[in-house]
Amino acid sequence: MQDDPVIRVVAKVLIPTIMLFALYVQFHGDYGPGGGFQAGVIFAAALVLHAVVFGLHRARQVWPMRYNLMGVSAGVLLYGGTGVWSMLAGANYLDYFALKADPKAAQHLGILLVEFGVGLTVASVMVALFFAFAGRLTHIRLVAKTAAHETAEAGKAAADNGAPARDGDAG
Amino acid sequence: MGMFAVNAFLIFLLVIIAVVALNVHRLFALVMLSGAFSLTAAAQFVVLDAVDVAFTEAAVGAGISTVLALATLSLVPREEKPHAIAPLPALIAVATGALLMVSIGDLPQFGAADAPVHIHVAPDYISGSEKLIGVPNVVTSVLASYRGYDTLGETVVIFTAAIAVLLILAGWTRAPHLRDGETENTHIAQNAQDREDGQKDAG
Repeated sequence: MQDDPVIRVVAKVLIPTIMLFALYVQFHGDYGPGGGFQAGVIFAAALVLHAVVFGLHRARQVWPMRYNLMGVSAGVLLYGGTGVWSMLAGANYLDYFALKADPKAAQHLGILLVEFGVGLTVASVMVALFFAFAGRLTHIRLVAKTAAHETAEAGKAAADNGAPARDGDAG
Repeated sequence: MGMFAVNAFLIFLLVIIAVVALNVHRLFALVMLSGAFSLTAAAQFVVLDAVDVAFTEAAVGAGISTVLALATLSLVPREEKPHAIAPLPALIAVATGALLMVSIGDLPQFGAADAPVHIHVAPDYISGSEKLIGVPNVVTSVLASYRGYDTLGETVVIFTAAIAVLLILAGWTRAPHLRDGETENTHIAQNAQDREDGQKDAG
């Protein structure tokens, strides 16, 4: 698939569009349908498309697993941290009214923060799961290739010693 | 009448997909059917005016779940193992279904304003969402503000599940069982030695 120019060009147009749409769904969730869960999944879909079209290796370079794993926990921490912030401000856990003087602005801020936490965790989790599954396949193929190569080498060695080669064509 | 036709068509489609999925043994077709089921269910939610649920169903159920299931398919055999219908689980499933069908008669009329679910906390949420919180989308204000604890729990569930799957899949395994006088490097060195011996033999 990586050699098809049509797919490559279409993907290059689609991936930023999907990411932008994910951000719209994320930050417009107060007014229209949407929110952190949907936005996270849509954002992850953009990276899955990148991995499918340009290969897992390139996708891992664009979106390093190390930072992705940080995103998984950062989202939960942001959500829980918002609750701790409201506690430090003197109210109950996750009581957004304490975050600001104006009650509606306080609610908006609280909802924005926790929704962003949800979106961050969901997007990172989906990307991590896809990379893990796809990477496992690459790993299995590599092991199979190495095993076949070793069998072929062993067969060649046996042939050199004058013994009949078995499974010599496995490579 | 038009609404009835749309509902009847969607429910009919859902039943057809479910029945076909029961009889299909190729896992690829099964994954595609489950995606189609989710998409049809999303359309049904739109008809029921639950656009947020429909959005989630389309994005998660039809979208990313299908992709993850396809990624799993690449690690497992192509076909489902043929198996006979187990009588006891089938009986339990049919009995539960029958009980649910019987109990439908006791449910309040669909959309009735005086149904218990609509007179408990829902009026407070609907009036408070605009006045108190200032968020027009009631679903968001319930999800993120009124029920903030529940959503925190959901996020932690996703987090925990991901950590568990990554621990299994990413190859972080226990160190090999070591005998007396061995270190972890013994195994690595032994593997390298084996490979070198193999190359020497080949040459």
